[in-house]
Amino acid sequence: MATRSIVPFGPQHPVLPEPIHLDLVIEDEKVVEAIPSIGFVHRGLESLVSKREFTEYAYIAERICGICSFMHGASYCDAVERIMGVELPDRAKYLRTIWAELSRIHSHLLWLGLLADAFGFESLFMHSWRIREKILDMLEESTGGRCIFSVNTIGGVLKDIDDDMMKGFLTELDKVESDVRAMTATFLSDATVINRLRGVGVLTKEQAHEFGATGPFMRASGIERDMRQLGYYAYKDLDIEPIVSNEGDSYARCEVRIKEIFQSIDLIRQAAEKVPAGEIAVPIKGNPDGEAFVRVEQPRGEAFYYVKADGTKFIDRFRVRTPTFANIPAMLEVLKGCDYADVPIMVLTIDPCISCTER
Amino acid sequence: MGIMNFTGIVLKNLFSKPATRLYPFEPQQYKERTRGHVENNIDECIFCGMCQRKCPTGAITVNRENKTWQIERMNCVQCACCVKNCPKKCLSMGKEYTTPDTVKVVDTLQKILTPEEIAAEEAAKKAQQEKIAAAMAAKKAAEEAAKENA
Repeated sequence: MATRSIVPFGPQHPVLPEPIHLDLVIEDEKVVEAIPSIGFVHRGLESLVSKREFTEYAYIAERICGICSFMHGASYCDAVERIMGVELPDRAKYLRTIWAELSRIHSHLLWLGLLADAFGFESLFMHSWRIREKILDMLEESTGGRCIFSVNTIGGVLKDIDDDMMKGFLTELDKVESDVRAMTATFLSDATVINRLRGVGVLTKEQAHEFGATGPFMRASGIERDMRQLGYYAYKDLDIEPIVSNEGDSYARCEVRIKEIFQSIDLIRQAAEKVPAGEIAVPIKGNPDGEAFVRVEQPRGEAFYYVKADGTKFIDRFRVRTPTFANIPAMLEVLKGCDYADVPIMVLTIDPCISCTER
Repeated sequence: MGIMNFTGIVLKNLFSKPATRLYPFEPQQYKERTRGHVENNIDECIFCGMCQRKCPTGAITVNRENKTWQIERMNCVQCACCVKNCPKKCLSMGKEYTTPDTVKVVDTLQKILTPEEIAAEEAAKKAQQEKIAAAMAAKKAAEEAAKENA
């Protein structure tokens, strides 16, 4: 039997944008087991909910993470609105949908860049982030912030996208689409990229189901499940087909995310066509009393929010189950038996967001 | 599987304008809605302290006695919660980001009152005190009357 050794991976590692630590048990360059430890960026944001007024906490909820920020804020507001029985105006629902999809595009482009960086394709990384910059400009123009938007409030949204701005966004999105399409050829058919991704880190459909993977990581293994089909916000009026691939390897995950960028662009176009005129927020009265949960599809997968309120202006309990937390067990399974050199790619292909995981 | 897929993008990139701005030489272009920093039009401010109570990070301190409004720039997260809740609408979001610094900057704004305003305020204070005194006297008289009746 070959000797086993333990190689620490992270929390500081060139491929990791955020701190997660893995103890890799190595046997002849093959990973036998991976033992994770998290807790490097815990900030106690969940318990802060009992010390801030529920209306203010919307601003804190979206600071759980800098990339999925919009969905965190919107979902918290959604949960409180469900408790209070507030029905959002249709325009607010559509605006939330548009911003959620823009966030998804910018998150996926960020991930594509990081992936290119992980396998050493520096210029592809730069190009992904250059395209992402256009999305960030749109977000800044409409909300005032590049990554943290602060547009959600209990009962609606705070800023409006008028017709001129929307028209500008659609023209800009056409450019983004053609840029991403040009880049897709490199990501999906270039020999250097395929050699690094094909067959690396295969997660079968059964494993994905058994270990409770979510999001693009799960859909790349052939499970058709997308929380947007539940029809929250304005998704019930839009056509959504979950994007699925059957291979389950890193290449399939890349493919799913690239296709989701096009899907999001399409959804924004649909939403821009259907967005009704009217109010963007309704006033709220009183304090929430009761409990509610919300399931949403974040860029990284399904997120689950639970809010329990007791009729005061301070909420009792707020709990988030984030997609990365759900994906870690499946990732550990994928890591077993892989080459040591492929570990960074595999860790990256679940699109880990450790700030979300630890809150 | 292909090779040289990236060549088209590279060539296009070689002959097009740079995607970035030569930052210190070309000034930063802010968007209309950019949330850069909080501004206070101190002459309008009534020092109600609403911004202090609503601030999620506790960056704002309002002192009604000294007529000062203080903000810790490092603590402020530019959420615009104070701007939304300001009853006099004297708070607003400025577009420019605050410049980086080595110390924690605390900006203090003080309202300088004109002589008329000081006089008006003193008169208001006096009226308030008189009102309180009158109320106290009335209460005392009522209590004494109740005692006598008993």
